[in-house]
Amino acid sequence: MVKLSEEEILKLANLAQLKLTSDEVSEFSSELSLILDYVSHLDTIDVEGLLPTYQVTGLENVTREDIKIDYKVDKKLLITNLPSSKDGQIQVKRMIG
Amino acid sequence: MKSWDNITKIAFSVNEGKSSAVDLVKESLKRINEASEYDAIISLTKDRALERAKMIDDGVLQGQNMGRLAGVPFIAKDNFLTFGGETTAASNILKGFNAPYQASAIEKLEAEGAIVVAKANLDAFAHGASTENSDFMITKNPHDKTRVPGGSSGGSAASVVLGLAPFSIGTDTGGSIRQPAAFSGCVGLKPTYGLVSRSGVVAMASSTDCIGPMTKTVGEASLILDIMSGRDPLDSTTIEKDTLGYIGADSDLKGKKIGLVKEYFDDSLNSEIKDSIDELIVKLKSAGAEIVDVSLPILPSALAVYYILCPAEVSSNLSRYDGQRFGYSYEGAKDLNESYAESRARGFGREAKRRIIIGTYVLSSGYYDAYYKKAQLVRTKIVNDFNDAFRSVDFLLGPVAPTQAFKIGEKSNDPLAMYLSDVLTVAPNLAGIPAITIPIDMKNNLPVAVQLMAAQKHDRSLLGAAKKIEELAL
Repeated sequence: MVKLSEEEILKLANLAQLKLTSDEVSEFSSELSLILDYVSHLDTIDVEGLLPTYQVTGLENVTREDIKIDYKVDKKLLITNLPSSKDGQIQVKRMIG
Repeated sequence: MKSWDNITKIAFSVNEGKSSAVDLVKESLKRINEASEYDAIISLTKDRALERAKMIDDGVLQGQNMGRLAGVPFIAKDNFLTFGGETTAASNILKGFNAPYQASAIEKLEAEGAIVVAKANLDAFAHGASTENSDFMITKNPHDKTRVPGGSSGGSAASVVLGLAPFSIGTDTGGSIRQPAAFSGCVGLKPTYGLVSRSGVVAMASSTDCIGPMTKTVGEASLILDIMSGRDPLDSTTIEKDTLGYIGADSDLKGKKIGLVKEYFDDSLNSEIKDSIDELIVKLKSAGAEIVDVSLPILPSALAVYYILCPAEVSSNLSRYDGQRFGYSYEGAKDLNESYAESRARGFGREAKRRIIIGTYVLSSGYYDAYYKKAQLVRTKIVNDFNDAFRSVDFLLGPVAPTQAFKIGEKSNDPLAMYLSDVLTVAPNLAGIPAITIPIDMKNNLPVAVQLMAAQKHDRSLLGAAKKIEELAL
C-alpha cells in the first residue's frame, strides 16, 4: 500500500504554497494514502501500444486572427477587486523577507 | 413546489405583452424567499435582474421581439461569473469577488432575453457530490430536508425542483449536473465536451468541465442548449453546434438500439432503482427500441482515472487563488510567500486542500508517470471502449448513481465514499460524450432517474431519445 507520510504531505503543501494545520497534515496522511491505494489498481491494466488522451475532441492548433479585441472589461472593477492597491496598481507584501 | 409554464410559453407571453418580465422576476424572487429553508441560493442579483426585466418590458412595448427567453428568470450556479452581485464558487477565498466580465453562457442566455435572478449553492469549487463541501451552507433535498440534493450543482437542481425559477444552469466535471438532477428530480444535461463555452466559469478540471442546463423537461433542456452552444473565440476548446440545432429532434425509437451497460448494473446498484429501470425497459421495447446488453470492461476503472486527473487539473487551476489580485487575502502576513500560504490556508476549504495535495503529488517528478500518465493511458482505453460500443448501438442506458439521495452527514467524513458517488457518471466526462439524466419514477418519496449516453457530438439524437423516455416514464 502506498503510504504518504506527514513529512511528504508537508513537502507537497510547501510546493503548492499552502499552509496546513497539524490536524490537516495527519488527516491527509491517512486519507490520501487510502485514496492513492484505491487508484493504484490502474497498475494492473495493460495499456501497451496506446497513446495518452490529453484532450477528447481532436481539435488542433486553434488560432484566431492576430487583431486587437476590446473585451470591454471595466478597469475600475478590476481594481476594486484588488485586496491591496496603490495608484491603480496591485500592491503586494515585500518579497525578500 | 409551484411550477412554471413551459419556458417557450413564458417567453411567448412576454413578447406578446401578456405577461411582464418584471412580474416574473418578482415572482421568482418571492419564491426564493419563501424557500430559504432549503439553502439552495447563495445570493440574489435582484437590482440588476429588475433593471433588465424593465428593459425587456420596455422593448416589448416598443414592438420589439426580445428573444426566445424573453423575461424568463433563471438561476446560475455560483461558479458562473455574472454581473449584479458576487461570484464565490461557494468558497471563502472568493467571498467579495465582483466579476469584471460575464461567462459566455450567461451572455448568450441574456442575449435571448433571459434574466439571472440568483446564484445557486454548490460544493466549493464544484468539488463534491452533495453540496456539503460548500463553505457557506448545505442545500437540502427538495423531497426530504434530511437528505442531500446531490452535487456539486445541488443548489441549481433544488432550485428547479422547488420551482424557484423556470430553469437553472450548472457545471458537470464528473457528474455534477447529472447526479444532483437524479437526486433532486429534474432533467440535467452534460453535453459533448466543448459544445458550450467555459469562458467565465470557475475552472475545476479543464479537460472534463462541461456546462449544461437543468430543467423540468427535456424539451426545455434542448432549447437552453441550443442557445448556449457553439464556437466561442474566448474558449479555444469549443466546437461547432449541430447544423440542425437541438430543438425538435426525432424522438422515434423504432429500430434504435439501446445498450444496457452491464458494468452499471452490478450488485452495488440499489434494487429499487433497478426495478424502475426494468419497468422502463419494457416500455422502451414496446416503443420499438431494440434493447441489447453491452459490456465496457474498463468502466470500473474510470473512477480511479478520474480521481487522478481531476485533482491534478484542480491543483493547477487553483494556483491562481493567491490572495493578491482578487478574493480573500490574509492581512497579517509579513512577506509575499507567507501571504500566499496563509491566504490559501484560510481561504480554501478542506476538500480543495485535499485535492491540491493529491494533484501536486500525482504531478510531481517521480510519480507523474506512475499516476498522471498512466491515468491518461487508461483514459484512452475508456474512449476506445465507448467508440466500440457506439459502433453497435445508438445509445447506452444505465443508472445515474448506485443509490437515491443519501442522508446529510452520511458520507461527509469519508472522502473516498463521497468520491464513489460519482462512479457511474465520470466515464462520459473522461470520453467527452454527452449524457443526460431523466427522472423516471418516485420510490420512497425520492426521485429515481436514468442516464442516457450517446456518441460524441450526437447531442441532438440523444435529446430526441431522452424526450421519448420522458414520455414513456410518465
